[in-house]
Amino acid sequence: MTPLAADVAQRLKRRARWSGFEIAFWIVAFASIWLLPQKHLILTETAILALFALSLDLILGYAGIISLGQAAFFGTAGYFAGLAAKYGLINEPVLALLCSGLVAAALGFVTSFLVLRGSDLTRLMVTLGVSLMLGELANRYSNITGGADGLQGVTVAPILGLFQFDMFGHTGYVYCLIVLFVCFLIARRLVYSPFGLSLRAIKGNALRCGAVGIPVNARLVAIYTLAAGFAGMAGALLTQTTAFCSLDVLSLERSADLLLVLIIGGTGYLYGGLIGAVIYKFMQDWIATLTPQYWQFWIGLLLVVIVLIGRDRMAAWHEAARAALARLFTRAIGWRRGPALGGAGPDRS
Amino acid sequence: MAILETIGLAKRFGGIVAAADVTLAIDKGARHALIGPNGAGKTTVINLLSGVLKPTAGRILLEGRDITALDPHQRVRLGMARTFQINALFLDLTPLEAIALAVSERLGFGIDCWRLVGRKGAVADEAAEIVERFHLGDVMHERTAILPYGKQRLLEIALAFACRPRVLLLDEPAAGVPEAERHELLATIAALPADVTVLLIEHDMDLVFSFADRISVLVNGALFVDGAPDAVARDPRVKAVYLGEELDA
Amino acid sequence: MLTILFDGTAYGMLLFVLACGLSVTLGLMNFINLAHGAFAMAGGYCTVVLVNRIGVPFALGLPLAFLVTALLGGLFERTLYVHVYARPHLDQVLFTIGLVFMSVAATDYVMGSSQQFVRIPEALAGQFNVFGIGMGKYRLLIIVVCGVLTLALQFILAKTRFGSRLRAAVDDQRVARGLGINVGAVFGITFAVGSGLAGLGGALGAEILGLDPTFPLKYMIYFLIVVTVGGTSSITGPFLASILLGIGDVAGKYYVPSLGAFVIYAIMIVVLILRPQGLFARGAAR
Repeated sequence: MTPLAADVAQRLKRRARWSGFEIAFWIVAFASIWLLPQKHLILTETAILALFALSLDLILGYAGIISLGQAAFFGTAGYFAGLAAKYGLINEPVLALLCSGLVAAALGFVTSFLVLRGSDLTRLMVTLGVSLMLGELANRYSNITGGADGLQGVTVAPILGLFQFDMFGHTGYVYCLIVLFVCFLIARRLVYSPFGLSLRAIKGNALRCGAVGIPVNARLVAIYTLAAGFAGMAGALLTQTTAFCSLDVLSLERSADLLLVLIIGGTGYLYGGLIGAVIYKFMQDWIATLTPQYWQFWIGLLLVVIVLIGRDRMAAWHEAARAALARLFTRAIGWRRGPALGGAGPDRS
Repeated sequence: MAILETIGLAKRFGGIVAAADVTLAIDKGARHALIGPNGAGKTTVINLLSGVLKPTAGRILLEGRDITALDPHQRVRLGMARTFQINALFLDLTPLEAIALAVSERLGFGIDCWRLVGRKGAVADEAAEIVERFHLGDVMHERTAILPYGKQRLLEIALAFACRPRVLLLDEPAAGVPEAERHELLATIAALPADVTVLLIEHDMDLVFSFADRISVLVNGALFVDGAPDAVARDPRVKAVYLGEELDA
Repeated sequence: MLTILFDGTAYGMLLFVLACGLSVTLGLMNFINLAHGAFAMAGGYCTVVLVNRIGVPFALGLPLAFLVTALLGGLFERTLYVHVYARPHLDQVLFTIGLVFMSVAATDYVMGSSQQFVRIPEALAGQFNVFGIGMGKYRLLIIVVCGVLTLALQFILAKTRFGSRLRAAVDDQRVARGLGINVGAVFGITFAVGSGLAGLGGALGAEILGLDPTFPLKYMIYFLIVVTVGGTSSITGPFLASILLGIGDVAGKYYVPSLGAFVIYAIMIVVLILRPQGLFARGAAR
């Protein structure tokens, strides 16, 4: 291997190395299990929202598909999980979660063909239309879904037959956090793989992708399907942790809020949805204690302000903040990333 | 022996004829130039060959195989790649990432969603080789969007080359490149491996006559003259078409 | 049956007046304005306040609703929207959804969350009976007013100097600028008029569509359907799309009430997939 080739190999792999910021983020996330037991209910919601936002980031931040209908997958899987538990079809929650994810992924696969072509507006309308159609269906078949009253009488069995859900949300939080972490690891692997690189390329220039031999449509179908599966698992988690599912899981507001969450955190680096979810939930919690009814106003204002400031400027701030956090973390535990940064680390290829 | 052939290739947009009955044969290993005045349909021909446009009539054969109905990415996999007249690059990726992407797609790792990019030694080796061949070593870790124009043009060709084509279609590779960066670009084009067949579209007659061993002239979407460079240069009809344009080789 | 046709036409024409401004902004600046319904709502509430509380006659309330919303639209356009025109679609969507949320909550805060009704003159209540078809007087008024407006719009676009400038700007902004057309001003005026029309539609439609703070969200999808299905290259497309949508929606609710809007959404998706440029777009067929 020539020195240049070695440098190239090193640089290509280095992007995927865990940074101090990332390690700190997950340590804090898991530490909250013990440090913030009284906040577990809201943290559960946060973890679910984070997973949901992660699914949107995969298609919007990496593949460039604007969607205002991610709730379609969230809601469908939410109802599936609820019905499965209610009628005892699948009792074990983890299995039910996986099945719900598969159902949502199947729906994502079928509808992915609708978003392959067309402008942003067309995609927006089609994704929105699909979720509204499902909302109408759920409303129409209220004998199954419970309609406006919601799906009642869902009882969720203990996880793996061992861990019973409790009313303080302790079990639920640990469960959701682990699912989020596993899904995140999968997404992280994926975006640093050749497949993930091709998605970024498609977002940048789909025409050129065809000209370097990338089957653009097949890639978009694949990522849309996977993202639908993640969104579905988030929906199933919500049903399982609340033992309830109502029509608003399919609503436009849910998809619109999701966009906001992701925008707060920033798109295209995976942590945007997670950080956005934390900020959003705690902001909601805080504002709700001040003016519960007009929460929406502040959400709207935030959106307007973010756009007026400019998302690229926001992204720059995010990056600076992350770098500062990472420095802080590195210093705090006296840990140096060592010479690997310079490219002299062990070669594993 | 022809590696790439078109038979009666035609493209109409509504009432406008962009290409009419183009029958062209490009020999294996040739340095073939396609020239013609503005609006003659040169880029349309490239778009038809690469599959960006579907022809209204006619067929395209690559190594004797009919590829008329194939998608662009399938044609790339069969060994024909192109560059774009107006840069079509991945602005947010670095040149290295873009080249590694093209290489790993060609080697069939594109659907690999588990291993890291560059985990396969073959990808890194080949990406490094291409970076060197196209003089991109000093900028390979920069974002493509901020590269000097000449480097972007080099990357434009490097991306096509990374598909390891047997036929390479170059659409005005030197267009707009400032004089200072021009020499590097022309030298790189001249140094393309001899076994790669090149179809070149170019306005710059110096480049055409120094590079091509065969020239086809396209006028109003139709093939006008086809022959060796000196024959084409002497042809009075070509001179008439290029009235006012210099044509001294 | 004919009553459905009649009601549907009234509803459709109302939708057209509500949505035509959106169609022009989308076609002209390629701008996705999800907050269009907020202006319609503003017009509706404006009329409620004027007619019910202050006692302005209904006939005067409508033009006032137009004026107030047009001013409001112009103000927003100059101060806020201009910053977002050149941004990517995602930013436009976020920005206008933000405005929708704000308008919903603000209206709720000021006017309360309950449904509002405009006091309509006695003379407009009841219905005519023509050949055994019940025609609501108020709906007839809507058809007449909207019909006149549509003709006026068509005339302005086709025959006046402003109309030709607008069409030039829609066709090609750069060329229009080159011809010395002040595209920004043309757009500002168009935006204001479009908002005004939406406000007028909101005022007229309060009776039929219902008026409460969630109005912009509830009808956003309908406006978007009109615009995407109708295409943005003319006003005939959105007009036909509105009428079809109006009749389809009324008929759907009458014949298959349980499916609600399902059919409408399904048709929209099919149209968008088959004709991404809109059902009535010029020469889009391939």
